[in-house]
Amino acid sequence: MSNPDTAAPASAKNVVEARKLSLVFGEGESAVHALNNVDLSIEDGEFVSFIGPSGCGKTTLMRVIADLEKPTGGEIMVHGGTPEQARLDRAYGYVFQAPALYPWRTVRRNALLPLELMGMNKALREERVAKYLGLVGLEGFEKKFPWQLSGGMQQRVSIARALGFEPDLLLMDEPFGALDEITRDHLNEQLIHLWQETKKTVVFVTHSIPEAVFLSTKIVVMSPRPGRINKIINCSPPPDRTLDWRETNDFLEVAHEVREALRAGHSYDD
Amino acid sequence: MIGVMICRDPSSALFVGLMAIALLLPVSESGNWFSQSGGNLLLILPALIVAGWSLLRSNDLTAQTKLPGLLAFVATVLAALPPLVLLENGVQPGFEGSGYWLFVLALGFFAWRAMGLLSHVIRAGRAYQLLVPTLFGLWFFYLWEVVVTGFGVPQILLPAPGVIGVAIGGHLDILWADFQQTFMKAVLAGFVMGCGSGFVVAILVDRVPFLQRGLLPLGSLVSAIPIVGIAPIMVMWFGFDWQSKAAVIVVMTFFPMLINTLAGIDEAGAMEKDLMQSYGASYFQTLISLRLPVALPFIFNALKINSTLALIGAIVAEFFGTPIVGMGFRISTEVGRMNVDMVWATIAVAALAGSTFYGVFALLERIFTFWHPSYRQQ
Amino acid sequence: MTDAAVTAPGVSWFSRLKDSRVGPVSFMILVIMVIWYAGAVYLNAPRVIEQFERGKVQWTASQLMDKAWSMKRPILPAPHQVAVELNKTIFQKKITSKRSLVFHAWITTSSTLLGFAMGGLLGILLAAGIVHVRTLDRSLMPWIIASQTIPILAIAPMIVVVLGNLGLTGVIPKAIISMYLCFFPVAIGMVKGLRSPDPLQMDLMRTYSASTSQIFWNLRWPSSVPFLFASLKVAVAISLVGAIVGELPTGAVAGLGARLLAGSYYGQTVQIWSALVVASVLGMALVYTIGLIEKFTLKAMGAKS
Repeated sequence: MSNPDTAAPASAKNVVEARKLSLVFGEGESAVHALNNVDLSIEDGEFVSFIGPSGCGKTTLMRVIADLEKPTGGEIMVHGGTPEQARLDRAYGYVFQAPALYPWRTVRRNALLPLELMGMNKALREERVAKYLGLVGLEGFEKKFPWQLSGGMQQRVSIARALGFEPDLLLMDEPFGALDEITRDHLNEQLIHLWQETKKTVVFVTHSIPEAVFLSTKIVVMSPRPGRINKIINCSPPPDRTLDWRETNDFLEVAHEVREALRAGHSYDD
Repeated sequence: MIGVMICRDPSSALFVGLMAIALLLPVSESGNWFSQSGGNLLLILPALIVAGWSLLRSNDLTAQTKLPGLLAFVATVLAALPPLVLLENGVQPGFEGSGYWLFVLALGFFAWRAMGLLSHVIRAGRAYQLLVPTLFGLWFFYLWEVVVTGFGVPQILLPAPGVIGVAIGGHLDILWADFQQTFMKAVLAGFVMGCGSGFVVAILVDRVPFLQRGLLPLGSLVSAIPIVGIAPIMVMWFGFDWQSKAAVIVVMTFFPMLINTLAGIDEAGAMEKDLMQSYGASYFQTLISLRLPVALPFIFNALKINSTLALIGAIVAEFFGTPIVGMGFRISTEVGRMNVDMVWATIAVAALAGSTFYGVFALLERIFTFWHPSYRQQ
Repeated sequence: MTDAAVTAPGVSWFSRLKDSRVGPVSFMILVIMVIWYAGAVYLNAPRVIEQFERGKVQWTASQLMDKAWSMKRPILPAPHQVAVELNKTIFQKKITSKRSLVFHAWITTSSTLLGFAMGGLLGILLAAGIVHVRTLDRSLMPWIIASQTIPILAIAPMIVVVLGNLGLTGVIPKAIISMYLCFFPVAIGMVKGLRSPDPLQMDLMRTYSASTSQIFWNLRWPSSVPFLFASLKVAVAISLVGAIVGELPTGAVAGLGARLLAGSYYGQTVQIWSALVVASVLGMALVYTIGLIEKFTLKAMGAKS
């Protein structure tokens, strides 16, 4: 466990710091405890995965970090300030389950969108977009419309869009969940590459054990009713790993540990 | 070979059979098609040759070739001429022989076959695909002309398209003045004000949920109300000139625009809205970059609905009082004078104006919402 | 009970009212009424003042309002004047009397319903043809759409006159106008509806080697029912418009449209407004009735309510 139970003051170095965080939807009998007493710290440069079954609050936790939901209890800090401040500072990029691209904008103009909203000057934003579309391997597709691309390519556009304003923190909510497994493997490899190149902090929500183990330096196992953190597993995958690494014992051991932690949280009950 | 082809398609069979009989039966008192003056035969023979050619070429329908359809189109147009020529010179209206009507009937079956051949080709250019409705339209007006003139239907009941065309040509100045009064003044002014205010109110109401909950149910009730009924009141309030018509149009077009815009800007997905929030985008940035583009198909829907409502509103309002110019005025006075050709000429102008007005918005919609699933081209 | 305990439920009651539809809607209606009364004063005042001055009477604001709300031929009658007129013409007159609005409303309703039935049927038949025959789809569909861009109501008087010459008077000509307006939304809606079964469901029917008519009755028709009702609601509303406009040409003496026209000839604004109110209520009632039938039909078909 990386996080001691003592209530230490939030370290300035930590990108995300949550203490006794709770979120309850509704009230009375129909209240849903989406998050219950969640303690979590995410350090700079980490790749953290939230894993757990549906309803365990992993997406909710991410949305609280992004200030898309307000917590009902506890405290949370992002970059040493409130999530709202972080959002207004454009301190994070968010990648959703679906690409959420605007069909009336070309690939290039989709990637430009956040930069336009932030009022970045024209030359700089064109340069940024060209750089990050290149980084996700989409040069030559700038003039296409999203609906002319495959699902995997669309999701890569949305990643480039999130990277464009160079946030330190990348929040990815099951970004590859809707893709087929072959495309997903391919994008996982690319994502590792991207992470190493850009040195960003990544928070990644998934319900796939192999995906979490393959990508992460820290795996947060969560369980539902009430949504809580079951176990935090630190791991150190080789930096230059390829898909083949998934057949090694190291990989399988971590995967086993994750599975055990999920079982302990009764996540397999339903 | 023709036999095989005929068995497969009943309309070709009927065409061949009926045409064979029609050519032998009397067309008028002076004999059958062959005994008419030479001109007709010169028209019939090439038409039949082209028709036969197209039918021969169409026996293999697995091949996606355009030729049979094109030939059939040409043949239909060619074969449609002799009955018209005969009506112009020779036959007394109402005294055509059985051969004449059998010929038209056979031609009808052939036109149906031609449309079938034309719509058979699935992947064809837009121009080619337009041939089908074009042929249908031509046939519709042709039949109207031939039946009305051929049977000598009294003009008061239904004038032939040709007669209406003559009326249009002869009264261009009056029709143009009417068009200016009704369309350029009343319709355009009312349309712009009605749609504009509906749009603005929708944007304002969207910011106040309380108003939205109050207005939406009322708005849907309004759609069940025959709003044209306010025309007499508006004429009383705003006088006989175009202002009262514009007022009717404003009220008629306001609610469709309001409801559609409200529904449209509410259509943006939760994820897209979250995305804008994650960028810390302001209300207006979200409105401009996300919600209005999403609402565009709805807004165009309202514009299209309103484009037809506006013309209806103007014309109906003119029934309640108008200066001595305007399309509604023309229709009601010429009906009274039994100048039916002039009434139909005005209706033709109204139809043309209405479909052009609508067409403009349909075209703009295609241009601005090219990304919408209903228009996407991969 | 403390004060807080008394006010707390009150507040929640108020906020519940605010969040529901009833509160906002009744608020909007109240606003409309206030505007209406104020508008009546504003529009009628000049004439009232003129009257006062001609009679050389001193007048006060309350007298002005009183007069403005009780003129015989006001520019805008006050709501209560319309209510009185409605009471007089609906409840105080025999239904068979020519002065009864119920009589006129019935005339209009009968042609509305006849036109609606004919238009609905025509629309369904056209849609069935278009869905099954590709030639019809390609040739007819564009013209169906084009037919609606024509301001058809313009030829309403034409149709009435033409059919009158053929010896058809009364309900039929108006019903034909309604029919023309009705068939379009039904045809368009039903084409969508009959095509709404997804490819899997169609393939299932094909694996049973079902005939075209079996597919139609067992799959296409049931799946088009929601579309049918949605378009019927639109259709019945414009059917009413068609019937009313059909009554406008000179010659028609009965029906709500004729009341509108007569009212406008003789400057009887109260009569116009009451005819309008009845027409509006009629329109809403017709749409509501279709909605009720829809609810029962869908329930009988096992849809979630």
